[in-house]
Amino acid sequence: MAQAGVRINGLLKRYGTGDAAVDALKGVDMQVAPGEVVGLIGPSGSGKSTLLKCLGAVIEPTAGRMTLGEVVIYDGRWQIRDLRTLRRDKIGFVFQAPYLIPFLDVTDNVALLPMLAGRPNGEARHRARQLLEALDVGHRAEAMPAQLSGGEQQRVAIARALVNRPPLILADEPTAPLDSERALTVIQILNQMAAQYETAVIVVTHDEKIIPTFKRIYHIRDGRTHEQAGEGRIMQ
Amino acid sequence: MINLAGRDILHAWGKFVFTGLGLGLLIGVTLSMAGIYRGMVEDAKVLLSNSGAHLWVVQQDTQGPYAESSNLHDDLYRGLLAVPGVARAANVTYFTMQVRRDSGDVRAMVVGIVPGGPGEPGQPGYLVAGRHITRAHYEAVADVTAGLRIGERIKIRRDHYTVVGLTRRMVSSGGDPMVFIPLKDAQEAQFMKDNDAIVRQRRRTTANPAFNRPGAPDVLEAVIASQNTNPYVNAVLVQLAPGRDPEAVAADIRRWKRLSVFTRAQMEDILVGKLIATSARQIGMFLVILSTVSAAIVAFIIYTLTLGKIREIAVLKLIGTRNRTIAGMIMQQAVGLGVIGFVVGKIAATFWAPIFPKYVLLLPGDAALGFVAVVVICVLSSIMAIRAALKVDPAEAIGG
Repeated sequence: MAQAGVRINGLLKRYGTGDAAVDALKGVDMQVAPGEVVGLIGPSGSGKSTLLKCLGAVIEPTAGRMTLGEVVIYDGRWQIRDLRTLRRDKIGFVFQAPYLIPFLDVTDNVALLPMLAGRPNGEARHRARQLLEALDVGHRAEAMPAQLSGGEQQRVAIARALVNRPPLILADEPTAPLDSERALTVIQILNQMAAQYETAVIVVTHDEKIIPTFKRIYHIRDGRTHEQAGEGRIMQ
Repeated sequence: MINLAGRDILHAWGKFVFTGLGLGLLIGVTLSMAGIYRGMVEDAKVLLSNSGAHLWVVQQDTQGPYAESSNLHDDLYRGLLAVPGVARAANVTYFTMQVRRDSGDVRAMVVGIVPGGPGEPGQPGYLVAGRHITRAHYEAVADVTAGLRIGERIKIRRDHYTVVGLTRRMVSSGGDPMVFIPLKDAQEAQFMKDNDAIVRQRRRTTANPAFNRPGAPDVLEAVIASQNTNPYVNAVLVQLAPGRDPEAVAADIRRWKRLSVFTRAQMEDILVGKLIATSARQIGMFLVILSTVSAAIVAFIIYTLTLGKIREIAVLKLIGTRNRTIAGMIMQQAVGLGVIGFVVGKIAATFWAPIFPKYVLLLPGDAALGFVAVVVICVLSSIMAIRAALKVDPAEAIGG
């Protein structure tokens, strides 16, 4: 594999102390290249969400090492002081529900991130519109989130995750509320965008219909990951 | 950067406007309460100004005529005219009663004044209709809030009076409109008994051997005559010659006439500081309660609105929004709600103030102070919601 977009070595997360301690992650190893979309599959309680939160710099792991691009973000402790800025600039999030801000129109939902990063409003909106066009929702740029269909909302959420060109996107069950056709479209878009922007994408899913689309899959069980080659079937 | 608070308000404008309307009515009541207090103070000052007096001379050791009962002989003013610095002096009486008219009665403070032109101490300062009292008996000038009309006949005790003039802003410290009548009539009315009481009094006096002595019938007649006259007034209003120091003249009167004398400043202290002090405290309590209720309402509304956006706030935090941006959004919404409420409240108070039976004075300074108070209350009220928002874990957006 080429240079890693995100690399995780021996990641451990322990909740509680003493006899009550529970290891949610027991030495996870993972590597996702720029432009690659991998699946993360596992039963409930296997540690998927914990891994996602650690990768998203939302909770602190107990031990291990995480590298994003060339930057070590965790090595026994956080190596970056401002995790909020890390999340804003280096990590994109796509959720099961789109969670768009209901009082901002589609363009501003996407442009909010670059604005938070200090970009001028005009530039942020221009970049947002470009992405929305690329995701085929440019015609809904002025609409409010409540006026969009579920598939359109998820595309806008993907645009929001991509707008700061982060090296990593974490997608938590992004196709769960969608029918098969829309679910596959979303995965197709993620693959296209990952390739276009050289972004590593980790998709947590239970969705049987999209599992065959991944070239590589990480199974997580009892806090440990096992890599497996996927079918990589992307419908055109 | 987008103004998140403004966008949220525009998005849910109906909720904000209707909440602001409700809050505004509460703020309107608060402003009106302050206006009622200001009106009472203003009425007291206008009462003193319109009396045209520089000094109020009353019975020794009393704080009359507005605060305590005071009785002076009605010839005392002649002696006061001889005091250096006194330009004019006039007797005056005050008593509160139900003044009867054809269509019922009206509560009023009846003021007995010496008939004369404008400028005479005790005369109403100016008229809005009709003329001053020029006859010695049975004419009246009334404050417009009494609801009387020029030419209307009113009854005070057993006598009828014709309203010849209307004045305004002449009310007692209790807010009762004043009705001015000639001094002699007022003196009589103040202590006038009904016929049966007079008969009983005469019988009692006649039966008293101290007054009804054999061989001295004039004593009984003199006593009965004295019982049916009232040589007392409540105060003498004094105007000073130009350039005279009120304190110095008051000191002379106190020393030589053995009376209590109050200057304008002292009378203001008595009226504002003592007579309406309890009302002021009452209004103050209302203001505190209304402010607390307003704060609680704003806090509850902003807290509820914030709880309704917990998921969005978690997402905002997850994607890197700073805490101060989120806190600013909530605080701006609280202040926005307060501003809407204040505008509604100010307009409402301005429109309903004239309907109040007592004078309501809405001062721009009070409105400015009220605006600052509303903003401060809104900022403080948003703290609970901000605390709730800042406690939101960005991980909530991810779930699991």
